[in-house]
Amino acid sequence: MQASETLVDMRGVRLAFGRRNVTVAVENLDLAVRKDEFVAVVGPSGCGKSTLMKLMTGLVMPNAGTIAVNGQTVTGPLSFVGMAFQNPTLLPWRRTLANVMLPLEIVEPHRRRFRRERAAYAEQARALLKTVGLGGFADKYPWQLSGGMQQRASLCRALIHGPSLLMLDEPFGALDAFTREELWDVLQAIRARRAFTTVLVTHDLREAVYLADTVHVMSARPGRIIASYTVPFRRPRTLKSTFEPAFADLVQRIRDDIHTEREADAVAVGDDEGAA
Amino acid sequence: MRTEIIERAMPWIAVVLLFVVWEIACTVFAVPEFILPKPSQVARVLVTSAGPIWFHARETLITTLIGFGVSIGVGVLLGVAVGSSRLAYRSFYPMLVGFNSVPKVAIVPVLVVWFGIGFLPAVITAFLMSFFPIAVNVATGLATVEPELEDVLRSLGAKKRDFILKVGLPRAMPYFFASLKVAVTLAFVGSVISESIASEKGIGTMMVQASADFRIPLVFAGLLVTAAMGIGMYAIFAAIERRMTGWATRRMDLEGMD
Ligand SMILES: Nc1ncnc2c1ncn2[C@@H]1O[C@H](COP(=O)(O)OP(=O)(O)O)[C@@H](O)[C@H]1O
Ligand SMILES: [Mg+2]
Repeated sequence: MQASETLVDMRGVRLAFGRRNVTVAVENLDLAVRKDEFVAVVGPSGCGKSTLMKLMTGLVMPNAGTIAVNGQTVTGPLSFVGMAFQNPTLLPWRRTLANVMLPLEIVEPHRRRFRRERAAYAEQARALLKTVGLGGFADKYPWQLSGGMQQRASLCRALIHGPSLLMLDEPFGALDAFTREELWDVLQAIRARRAFTTVLVTHDLREAVYLADTVHVMSARPGRIIASYTVPFRRPRTLKSTFEPAFADLVQRIRDDIHTEREADAVAVGDDEGAA
Repeated sequence: MRTEIIERAMPWIAVVLLFVVWEIACTVFAVPEFILPKPSQVARVLVTSAGPIWFHARETLITTLIGFGVSIGVGVLLGVAVGSSRLAYRSFYPMLVGFNSVPKVAIVPVLVVWFGIGFLPAVITAFLMSFFPIAVNVATGLATVEPELEDVLRSLGAKKRDFILKVGLPRAMPYFFASLKVAVTLAFVGSVISESIASEKGIGTMMVQASADFRIPLVFAGLLVTAAMGIGMYAIFAAIERRMTGWATRRMDLEGMD
């Protein structure tokens, strides 16, 4: 892998929380993300996936190891990032359109132009809403949208300022299966139009394989990467392709990895959670 | 529709009921006027002494509103300062609570020493009584922003100021307006306390003089007028609250608003 095309490079990263740092969230974490790559990170809950996201975007600083983005060591929050979470976190006092436009009021160079070019930006936001199927909902308040629609709006908010790095922390986790699969394709379509690096944290293995170029498996806490899989399937992927043997096979291999990991963890901790 | 009308009428019915029971009780038990006057006697005084009552009530209203205005300003600034920084929250919150626990009656004499008798101590007491709920509510609204939303903003490179203006303050608005209703009634308590201790004008002064002269119906008239002003102000700020923070109660009639 050439250094020039590496966007994120994490080496030997460690972060601990709590009084006297008793909770080690991640340790010996090595992870590289190429520019425009779609990376999925899967692992048991509580293994440090969200922590990994925060580390990567400079929201928290590691206790040890180095994190470089674009070849530069991360020393604070990066400003070219879009983020979406399981909870859509829309602002309830803003209509959908204004919610989506929030980043433009904050991120340079849009911030400087925002007052003057408000109409143009609004047009841009409406167009983006249309691509996720929310064309008719720009003037609704968040509580007037369903959970799936709110998540679409949240996705738009994460993308409106054209971030070169999109961070998704279990964004579809709270949705029903149909809505979730619909949103997979929405995301896939957006990425087909414009390239940007994406890091998706999920515990849905089918989702990871369906969307990602590379799937990284994390160990139980303290989290580190224990296996990485390249997903060979051509794009655009379709829901039909998820029923092909090769797809199911890859999902199964990742599942086995996680099970082994959970069992090892259960033995180590002395409970039988791994058998579940 | 019918139940809605009944619901709207209920507060008035309850008040009328209170007065009726009061009137009957005073008559049946032959309670002397200087112990507990009948509502009808109080009403008569309200009419016959309307001039002086209005004069004093106006003074109290102005004093209260000025003190309340100051406490809105100070309360919001203090709330923002305390709510937007963990360090400030930790440092000043206990002090605020301690300060709020001091009986304001005890402060009035000190204020008189500093500012003389009359208008200023009353304004300051009204302010001291009412800024606390405003500050606490604004601080709460700011301090309870979801951590994930904070992450979204920080990852956009938001400055502290963006955070306060775009998320903290709008989010604190329902708390703020809810606190205004309560705070304005406390402001009345403050100004009346101060007037009754050291002033030449105001409902508080009027009531103290009236009770010294054994004009108990006038004392009760003063109480009623103060209560009425409190209710009026409460209603005004409740209406403003509904108007300003419909999003928090998910009102559909915001639909056509901008
Ligand atoms: N701010 C924090 N303070 C203390 N402990 C934390 C904090 N954030 C996360 N942790 C702990 O770190 C571990 C990893 O958390 P997280 O990264 O959220 O896991 P995941 O997203 O994989 O479920 C968990 O044990 C969690 O309790
Ligand atoms: Mg998580």
